[in-house]
Amino acid sequence: MRFSAFRLIREGLTGNRGWKPLWRDPAPGPAYDHIIVGGGGHGLATAYYLAARYGMRRIAVLEKGWLGGGNVGRNTTIIRSNYMLPGNQPFYEFSLKLWEGLEQEINFNAMVSQRGVLNLYHSDAQRDAYRRRGNAMILSGADARLLGREDVRRMAPFLDFDNARFPIRGGLLQPRGGTVRHDAVAWGYARAADRLGVDIIQNCEVTGFRIARGRVEGVETSRGYIAAPSVGVAVAGASSQVMAMAGMRLPIESHVLQAFVSEALKPAIPGVITFGAGHFYVSQSDKGGLVFGGDIDGYNSYARRGNLPVVEDVAEGGMAVMPMIGRARLLRMWGGIVDMSMDGSPIIDRTPVEGLFLNAGWCYGGFKATPASGHVFAHLIATGQPHATASAYRLDRFERGLVIDEKGMGAQPNLH
Amino acid sequence: MRIPHPLLGLRDLREFTYLGDAALIDRPEATADEDKAALNAHVFLRDNPAGTHRELWYHEYGDRSWLVVTRDTRTHEILGAELARDVALAAGRDR
Amino acid sequence: MSGGARLAGGLIERERRLRFTFDGQVFEGHPGDTLASALLANGKVLMGRSFKYHRPRGPFSAGSEEPNALVTLRTGARAEPNTRATTAELYEGLEARSQNRWPSLALDLMAVNDLLAPFLGAGFYYKTFMWPRAFWEKLYEPLIRRAAGLGRLSSQPDPDAYESAWLHCDLLVVGAGPAGLAAALTAARSGARVVLADEDFRLGGRLLAERGNLADRTGPDWVGSLEDEFERLPNLRVLRRTTVFGAFDHGVWGALERVADHLAEPLPDMPRQRLLRIVARRTLICTGATERPMAFAGNDRPGVMLASALRAYANRWAVPPPGPVAIFTNNDDGHRTAADLSALGCQVAGVIDMRPQAPQGAGYEVFAGAHVRATRGRLALRAIEVETAGGRIVSLPCRMLGISGGWNPNIQLSLHRGGRPAWSDELAAFLPGTATPADMRVAGAASGDFSTRAALTGGAAIARAALSELGIAAETPDDLPEAEDAHVRITPCWHVPGKGRAFVDLQHDVTVKDIGLAHAENMRSVEHLKRYTTLGMATDQGRTSGVIGLAVMAELAGRSIPETGTTTFRPPYGPVAIGAFAGDARGPGFRPVRLAPSQAWAVEQGAVFVEAGQWMRAQYFPRPGETHWRESVDREVLAVRSSVGLCDVTTLGKIDVQGADAAAFLDRIYCNAMASLKVGRSRYGLMLREDGHAMDDGTAARLAEDHFVVTTTTANAGPVFRHLEFARQCLWPGLDVQLVSTTDAWAQIAVAGPGSRALIARVIDGFDLSDEAFPFMACASLRICGGLRARLFRISFSGELAYEIAVPARFGDALMRRLMSVGADLGVTPYGTEALGVLRIEKGHAAGNELNGQTTAQMLGLGRMVSTRKAAIGAVMSRRPGLLAETRVQVGLVPVDPADTLPGGAHLFAEGAPRDMRNDLGWISSSAHSPHLGHAIALAFLEGGAERMGQTVIVANPLEGAEMRARVVSPHFIDPEGVRLRG
Repeated sequence: MRFSAFRLIREGLTGNRGWKPLWRDPAPGPAYDHIIVGGGGHGLATAYYLAARYGMRRIAVLEKGWLGGGNVGRNTTIIRSNYMLPGNQPFYEFSLKLWEGLEQEINFNAMVSQRGVLNLYHSDAQRDAYRRRGNAMILSGADARLLGREDVRRMAPFLDFDNARFPIRGGLLQPRGGTVRHDAVAWGYARAADRLGVDIIQNCEVTGFRIARGRVEGVETSRGYIAAPSVGVAVAGASSQVMAMAGMRLPIESHVLQAFVSEALKPAIPGVITFGAGHFYVSQSDKGGLVFGGDIDGYNSYARRGNLPVVEDVAEGGMAVMPMIGRARLLRMWGGIVDMSMDGSPIIDRTPVEGLFLNAGWCYGGFKATPASGHVFAHLIATGQPHATASAYRLDRFERGLVIDEKGMGAQPNLH
Repeated sequence: MRIPHPLLGLRDLREFTYLGDAALIDRPEATADEDKAALNAHVFLRDNPAGTHRELWYHEYGDRSWLVVTRDTRTHEILGAELARDVALAAGRDR
Repeated sequence: MSGGARLAGGLIERERRLRFTFDGQVFEGHPGDTLASALLANGKVLMGRSFKYHRPRGPFSAGSEEPNALVTLRTGARAEPNTRATTAELYEGLEARSQNRWPSLALDLMAVNDLLAPFLGAGFYYKTFMWPRAFWEKLYEPLIRRAAGLGRLSSQPDPDAYESAWLHCDLLVVGAGPAGLAAALTAARSGARVVLADEDFRLGGRLLAERGNLADRTGPDWVGSLEDEFERLPNLRVLRRTTVFGAFDHGVWGALERVADHLAEPLPDMPRQRLLRIVARRTLICTGATERPMAFAGNDRPGVMLASALRAYANRWAVPPPGPVAIFTNNDDGHRTAADLSALGCQVAGVIDMRPQAPQGAGYEVFAGAHVRATRGRLALRAIEVETAGGRIVSLPCRMLGISGGWNPNIQLSLHRGGRPAWSDELAAFLPGTATPADMRVAGAASGDFSTRAALTGGAAIARAALSELGIAAETPDDLPEAEDAHVRITPCWHVPGKGRAFVDLQHDVTVKDIGLAHAENMRSVEHLKRYTTLGMATDQGRTSGVIGLAVMAELAGRSIPETGTTTFRPPYGPVAIGAFAGDARGPGFRPVRLAPSQAWAVEQGAVFVEAGQWMRAQYFPRPGETHWRESVDREVLAVRSSVGLCDVTTLGKIDVQGADAAAFLDRIYCNAMASLKVGRSRYGLMLREDGHAMDDGTAARLAEDHFVVTTTTANAGPVFRHLEFARQCLWPGLDVQLVSTTDAWAQIAVAGPGSRALIARVIDGFDLSDEAFPFMACASLRICGGLRARLFRISFSGELAYEIAVPARFGDALMRRLMSVGADLGVTPYGTEALGVLRIEKGHAAGNELNGQTTAQMLGLGRMVSTRKAAIGAVMSRRPGLLAETRVQVGLVPVDPADTLPGGAHLFAEGAPRDMRNDLGWISSSAHSPHLGHAIALAFLEGGAERMGQTVIVANPLEGAEMRARVVSPHFIDPEGVRLRG
């Protein structure tokens, strides 16, 4: 069924009785050509692109819970490509370009809203660092603008310019950055993949890999053994757990990242605004809620919930930069488990086990990467070679000394 | 979160800074380039368990002790805390 | 105006009247009223519009679970959108406005959405608005955004203050209904430290809203006597207007105390709200239960509300219904509401009980085995249509309809730390289950014990049990009142099948049909249902809708409710103002400010200050007549180069390293040799991280065989000290070495310039400063100014003959003043961080921009410092192939056209190379105008920099549309041979 205004009207006039399931619930088959472990954004996108761009068939996505229940369903919905390092920038720009045509391609409105991402700066040194970053963006074909204080004031007059502990001196704006309705990304990819014949199997937990002579042969699951010569793992948050079943230790720690949403309000905040002297970033959803977040809690966790210090820290950042939100009420908070890697950048690579591929280590950055991550992972699985935009995301970059460390924090995941 | 400091009793999370897996104590005494593989594993690879985790916390806004806290990463339940120096000495680290 | 019509009784102060306005219209109420009770007493039922279809709505509850009656309270900068009228305490002059309507509440043109409802079902927006692509941001989205949202922020800074505080207790009792009161009484009489918190402004919970709970006295009467006793118990802290909103790890609770929300504005020095972090050894959850409705066609008409709300308005606020009342129930509790209203003289048109075996009514008709199938009325309820057991349709005129679909125990807090609730078939409700953490106990209606007697005894029992675990003896009070112990029978009913829209989530306009649509589209997991339909995601957090939605989905899927599942319960239990979470950390108080010892003096000099991390530092010292900062900075720089300058450098980290193994310890910390340093000498040191990248730099001065003073950069003072303590405690615990951070203990002043020796000589007590006795990199402990102990270091950041002199911090201000006064004839000039930066760039010294965590010793031109002969931290890893292959090294740049500036953050290219990242050769890390050279200079990291000396590169700044050419030079723009600093 193709979605359109016409369809909506026709169904509305006939009692909305014609709507069909967005995806099937097939029983797992005995064997597939490709298995993707993880029915989150990245896994579903990978399955979609494998089928749509690389012509692969007999693909299954195995999800231990409900599809889209991982970080694609618990994030702050921001998309941007304002990265500085050459290992990152082309990949995230590729992702942003895929977002720009995504809805038409998959026939699902994910509300890709390019209303701009503004990073504030508060010192000369920070301005110079943003200038370096903004230039890197432009030199990679992305868009960026360096704003002075008065430019920022015109965009967001409600910010605390004069009374702040760290006065706002300007900002780096990426006009094409913005937000996307996060759940819709998982649903849209799932529906599109399903229409191309991909089996999306929920409530099917992978419990082991069958590996013989260094090659993967299939996966053990809570619903039985499933054979496949090619297995891609995209289970951010649980990467260490899943890869341990294949005998691997990863350069990853699992941490909890909290996020918050306020009660619905009439439009108050344009685009995404990021405070440069504290941990706070915010946007406003189409429903009107202020969606905001900050730093990770900072200790290893699989508990999907955080503690008060970070809640307070984030609110402090919010009040410092935009004191008009004091009377808006925080309505919901949640925690997601993120793969914090040793240099703050992801891993998309082959593994020592032939036929087993890894997509992990997304830190905070996984949501915005969803389309490109799926695309380049599909490329790797289909061709055996890294995609040009993701050639730096190798597993051996740590021992080789080729880290991609945007923040310069070294091998301490909770500081990235 | 409240951490049971072995000398100071229950102290709030905000007094501490987190580092990571207590295996960071077991630093290979590497001097030669041939030791890189061991150092690479030490610096970059982690067990990252879902369950009991021995981990390093620093009482930064307190007595500046490094602690080894044993904590369940699924529930955040804390099962014990020791002075990291004692742990290091017991592991045979010395000079 | 009269405070509205009232019944007898109630808990309002009838003799006092409060004037308030709603949408500009003036009304009166009484102290004790909420905005909703006062409006109802004045005959106003219509209070809001729903989120999506803009349907007219009245209050649905009498508490914090309210989905409908949301208003904007107060005006101007204090405007407070989405405030529940049902909990807003009335005060004199209260101003409220309705929201999400245009032009007015009664006539809302946005209600056109309601007519389009067939096309706006669950998730409709995912299926359209995709063509043409550019229209989303330009047309569709702005329209959707304008229509969505509820209230509006003022867009002005919140004028009120907030604060955060800690509370420690043995026992936290959440909820002051019968269970909580009995628990608090039991615990407080035992002497335990008890905190009792309730979100209401009166203690009592359901005892305030019901009648007949206690045998021989009224509920409020008993609560009153308890409050007298509570006053006399110093170990009990009673927190009214305080919502415990979240359970966090290890017995930490978040609570919001609404200190001044019941006043027109906070009194001077009073916070509006207070965030309490309560640390409790044990917690008793006595949070009661929330009544739930049943869904049926037209169940959202203003005048339709929870039956318990109807009786609360009558009993507690003495608000008479505007006309006949009907009750629609599936359980015995619905009859209690009818009986209460009847006893108060209200006309009860009938009780419609789903159950064929419904109890008989006294003074009102009971329709057993019947249900409500429709309602009538536009802005207010006029009548309901009842389908009787025999299938007859009866139209029953009534102005209010109370619905009683059973009670949901308020179990949220017991599950914030994880776990799943347990379903009870008998109560048709979720109970806390077995997942409750060991430090929590649940009693009363929250645990499914719905009778007053069970609440009282249960509350006392869990208090006793918790106290006994803490080793505190307690007895059940012998004066707990006799109370009703009625068993409530219920036959579950979630929705009435039929045509017409039956609303499940009232605020978000999610209907039974929407859930059916989600089911048809395979959005069947509870999380998919919630996210697809937005059920339970409104400001009421699904308190009255969640279980119904779940039950409808279970029915469609042919599964039981527990099989269908629940969503995770997370904080906050109720919405909390963002300002409250921030406390007083906002504006200038966002973060503490550290001030250098010479701060007061610098202020007197008219210095301009700048934030430097935690510190405020003097940026430059303008003199009269100087109109641009560059004039001041250039003068300061030239003064240092030609005479002598003073700069407070206390902010640099200082660490005392002492012990027999201090030298051996530092040898492992720094990549370069330290053990060989002689007493009385200092050395520049570079530390690496364990991964081989540069971490920080500074100097180590050896004051004695077993005593070093180590400096760090300002930004890294904390991290470096932590790193050193880690190495000391965890890596080499056997070394005899101790560390003390002395950053704040010693004031340190840089005295730089050719005149520095002469100036220092004027303050020291008999010390040989000659170059032979005290050469470059010498250090010493000595006395100055007639006996003050001090430390002197001959180190130079500027490249000039220079010293840093340190005295105990309390003498820093005096030393600065002394140096200024005795050096006047030498032309002594204070300089700030700007000049400091220019001086160090001229000399090619690395600072934060170069030590950014991404660079290596090799890149900094210090590769040869990394000793291969010892096991210093990071040395081996710094020789990983990728790091060794790095050819970007620090160089100096000067503009080919002397008029050009060289912006920090610009990228470098070979002449003629395409301007893209593949051809990128590096970047400018620091830049300045050099007054000494008379043009711009910059430090940069340049690929193959060593081989490009003398060549021209392109400095590209496409971000600001600028490009210039620069020549590659040594980063030592001044005195590369070091003649000056050895002078």
